[in-house]
Amino acid sequence: MSSLVDEIHELQKLYPEGTRSAVLPALRLAQERHGWLSREAIEEVAGALELTPAYCYSVASFYDMFHLEPVGRHTIEVCTNVCCGLVNAQAVLEAFEGELGIRPGETTDDGEVTLRAVECLGGCSTPTIVAVDHVYRQSVTPEDVPSIVAGLSE
Amino acid sequence: MSETVVRVAEGPALVLAGYEGEPLRSLDAYREVGGYAQLEKARAEDPQTVIQQVIESNLRGRGGAFFPTGRKASFIPTPDKIAKPIYITVNADESEPGTFKDREIMLKVPHRLVEGCLIAAHAIQSKQVYIYVRGEYLEEYESLQGAIDEARAAGILADVEIVVHRGAGAYICGEETALLESLEGKRGQPRSKPPFPAISGVYASPTLINNVESITTIPAVLAVGPEEYAKIGAPPDSTGTRLFCLSGNVARPGVYEAPHGITVRHLIYDIGGGVPDGHELKAVMMGGSSFPVMTPDDLDTPLDADSLGKKGYFIGSGVVTVIDERTCIVQFALRVAQFYMHESCGKCTPCRVGTRWLVQLMRAVEEGTATERDLELTLDVCDRIIGKCLCVLGDSAAMPVASCVTKFRDEFRAHLAHGGCPFGEDSQLAGLFAPVDQHSHTPVAQEALV
Repeated sequence: MSSLVDEIHELQKLYPEGTRSAVLPALRLAQERHGWLSREAIEEVAGALELTPAYCYSVASFYDMFHLEPVGRHTIEVCTNVCCGLVNAQAVLEAFEGELGIRPGETTDDGEVTLRAVECLGGCSTPTIVAVDHVYRQSVTPEDVPSIVAGLSE
Repeated sequence: MSETVVRVAEGPALVLAGYEGEPLRSLDAYREVGGYAQLEKARAEDPQTVIQQVIESNLRGRGGAFFPTGRKASFIPTPDKIAKPIYITVNADESEPGTFKDREIMLKVPHRLVEGCLIAAHAIQSKQVYIYVRGEYLEEYESLQGAIDEARAAGILADVEIVVHRGAGAYICGEETALLESLEGKRGQPRSKPPFPAISGVYASPTLINNVESITTIPAVLAVGPEEYAKIGAPPDSTGTRLFCLSGNVARPGVYEAPHGITVRHLIYDIGGGVPDGHELKAVMMGGSSFPVMTPDDLDTPLDADSLGKKGYFIGSGVVTVIDERTCIVQFALRVAQFYMHESCGKCTPCRVGTRWLVQLMRAVEEGTATERDLELTLDVCDRIIGKCLCVLGDSAAMPVASCVTKFRDEFRAHLAHGGCPFGEDSQLAGLFAPVDQHSHTPVAQEALV
């Protein structure tokens, strides 16, 4: 595995010199590597980009996909916006809550799974949309939930 | 693989030309349906001629604002007039609730988007394109990146570079100046305009910003010819076809390419198969969740900007979401308000505070603690948001909420009279959880309600 710093320096080449455009892709990379953006991870990104950790933290804190607290090894994100809601997203979310024994925004005690409700994922014609480790599952019903959760541990 | 129904419903196949169920992901597949022929044609022409053709077609932005695409390109200074690089940014931060067309373009015809980018780059003499793809789109990003890499390997990009920049989860970054801030590695907060992006966009340089569908339509405009294109749809203002996003309580939801000017009723009932299981249409989320809701008496309105505009509606990003009679409209307004509260960037006070206030008011109506005065207060809050912020996010919360209060006043009053929701637990949106409530830093305090 090449070092995170080297990879961030590669990312910088996609943008004009002297700009901060690599911050988002660098934070994404650090999160993929570490699972979440710990203080150390943010300091690593900041060091590679020659920015302050405070600046990188301020950017990271703006965006929903950056985790500033530890999350599970897997993430389950259920769309609960209007289009999915009209076709029972609430029941899908409740099924996940029951199956995992946690509320939206929480992580299972074993640190395996984080459940989140999210805003419109852009799959409105096949509700409910559930992003399982960032891969969209379409037309999810409460009946699908046990097999999705079981599939995580494989 | 996307299960979404994507097809040409009627009229000419333009954005989806050549797509018949099998994604045109490879260069060979795209070339077989005439791919990159328009780029070759455009590159043989003077850049100004290409812009003129897009102006003549009267293609307008498909992201929501419906601004004339050719005219926008004409605002970009030519390289001899400015000693700065000229940039193109494509807005693929598709996040408007009810919108799911740009991702299907990236999945089904990614090379057409690449071709559109390269034609636009030739037209405004730009060498650098950034495509800002919403962070949640993974398969879409991979499909698009694959097309770009293949086109680069085949020498099609020539001296133009296309970089895909991935977002990280923020609805506001679909707003063009917030997108530029985000692309510059900052928090995605909108800028004050002017200066407009055409003069000072990304890196303080001239920047053309277009939605994915707008850019993808450019090769189609050149293929049929601007004069012919301008005759399709509902000329003079709403020319061509567009990808309508049909969802909600409808039998056959999907992405349908059809000419501007078909009626809402035709799209929902003839193309979409109507409201299933004998239910009745109650309202339509028209254009996206950012706009006034449509009532059933307006279903015969043609889907073009002019006809919709006369009745106070917007075509937005082509969204038509059907809501049937099982839905409590107060719950709808509450959930919409929660979305905008969650997505408000916090820069402008009317939006930051107003969206939260709207959530509190809608919740009070839903729970039966509101009074008639709160309905007037809601409309007053909406009034004090609309037009008073740097961007339209606040308006986007206020317009749908105000339209619900105004058009469904009886249902709001029924909540007041009933001391809560008359639907009980039977509404389709009953108890719908909102992401804003899972964040410890944005709790909505009930007792804070005035």
